[in-house]
Amino acid sequence: MTQLALVIDLNVCVGCHACVTSCKEWNTSGDAGPLCDERPYEAEPTGTFFNRVQTFEVGEFPATETVHFPKSCLHCEDPPCVPVCPTGASYKRKEDGIVLVDYDKCIGCKYCSWACPYGAREIDEKQKVMKKCTLCVDRIYDLSLAEIDRKPACVKACPTSARLFGDIHDPESTVSKAIRENGGYALMPEWGTQPANHYLPRRKTHLRIHEDELERSSNPLRIDGLLPKPGKSEPSLDDITSW
Amino acid sequence: MNPAFSVIFLTTLIGAGQGLFLALFTGQSYALFNLLPKQEGGFYAAGSFISLILLAAGLGASFFHLGHPERAWRAASQWRTSWLSREVIVLPAFMGAVFCYGLAHWMGWQSVLAVLPGGTVIDLTVVLGILGTLLAFLLFVCTGMIYACLRFLREWHSPLTVVNFILLGGASGFILAALFASLSAPELAPFFAVWAIILMLLGLVSRSAALIRNHRLRPKSTLQTAIGIKHPRIVQKSMGFMGGSFNTREFSHGAASLRSIKPAFLLLAFGAPLILFAVSFSNPILLGLAFVLHYCGLLAERWFFFAEANHPQNLYYQTLG
Repeated sequence: MTQLALVIDLNVCVGCHACVTSCKEWNTSGDAGPLCDERPYEAEPTGTFFNRVQTFEVGEFPATETVHFPKSCLHCEDPPCVPVCPTGASYKRKEDGIVLVDYDKCIGCKYCSWACPYGAREIDEKQKVMKKCTLCVDRIYDLSLAEIDRKPACVKACPTSARLFGDIHDPESTVSKAIRENGGYALMPEWGTQPANHYLPRRKTHLRIHEDELERSSNPLRIDGLLPKPGKSEPSLDDITSW
Repeated sequence: MNPAFSVIFLTTLIGAGQGLFLALFTGQSYALFNLLPKQEGGFYAAGSFISLILLAAGLGASFFHLGHPERAWRAASQWRTSWLSREVIVLPAFMGAVFCYGLAHWMGWQSVLAVLPGGTVIDLTVVLGILGTLLAFLLFVCTGMIYACLRFLREWHSPLTVVNFILLGGASGFILAALFASLSAPELAPFFAVWAIILMLLGLVSRSAALIRNHRLRPKSTLQTAIGIKHPRIVQKSMGFMGGSFNTREFSHGAASLRSIKPAFLLLAFGAPLILFAVSFSNPILLGLAFVLHYCGLLAERWFFFAEANHPQNLYYQTLG
């Protein structure tokens, strides 16, 4: 069983929104039709997006950290949005675990969006169907693209490689290793939805220096100074060093 | 949640329609055992017709909720997993049963199918009535479970949701039945009125229980579990856009205060009709007023039901920016 997913490294994300614009560009240009916008150049623009980058402030001034948090459909292994769909338009693919919406079957009742605790689904106000991240299903299997390009648009766009893409059921994949070795976690684990997308936490690298590392162990008198210069007649390591 | 008026009208109108049918058949069952005076077929046929009008109006209202009403027929396909799909099947089935029940009374199809030991005659209308009653309860369960099955919306995720749909729908139907009887069969009006009072009192108890339960609920999801950062103080600085989105429109009601709605619906749906019933059981004007007030109360109750539910996705959409 394959379960494709994204792993998003919050330690690296700089909140540039490149994944948002790249996602919008790719998915508004595809065969499935545009991701519609309303009043895009007016005072209150709104539109359909698969991916959003949010920003949170953790801690209290001055000890605060800004965390940029990209959020898209998590492609849950037990997706609560799928069984509630009355038409079968929402489904989870057996072959790769991607949760998709059949835009030709969706009646736009919005019930699936009520059943998603993550707010990952957005209705297209013009086409009147529910839309969500497809993991760029029209791209990752496209053999006319170079193999390096067969990745979701957001992954390709990320300038800091904060987004990894792969099969989380394959223990040797990059994403599985990243989750395993860097403390990857799922969102809202309390609902048992088993999101496939994982997040890697902020990690701090602390340099720990012990007292004895600051002093030369061969300096019993604790006096720092230059080592005595060897005499000119002393043999050298080669002809280049010292004199 | 942002209450959708299409769904508010759907649930309250079909609730009243189901309740009215249940009232009619309760009346017929009592008459069957000679506990109430028997009525002409026209009484039940006219009542079934009113019930059908309410059900059809509710069904019509539901179409306004859909983005693609022309594809609504597809909604019958996923009955194995979706309560919404089950409702889509049971509602027309119930309407069919009500139609047949009314038609059988209207046409006088009362051929004897069986005779109970006590001499009670079971005819076609009784069989259709029992079928309709089962479907009415099934429809209440489907409608309630649409909301009660969503475990993230903890205000709804309770058996009380289904119980309230049954009791409130039943109460509105029996009030309507009392009004209908006061105009066409006055000797039955007190019977329906007493049942309406019982259902309203039970509904008041179960709705209050739900209000108390929801008042005590503590959210299971927090900002900490939502973004997976274990720090007691996290503030959202940006939700990623400035102009709002589906997520900011669909899941918040935008009303400044819910406090005024709660006493209003309790007063309109329970208090006012009970007072009017205390004055008279058979005055058509007072019963009509009681039904109108009760129905307005139910609209407010259903609005509050939706608005009260706090969706965990709102954790991600707290700060515009």
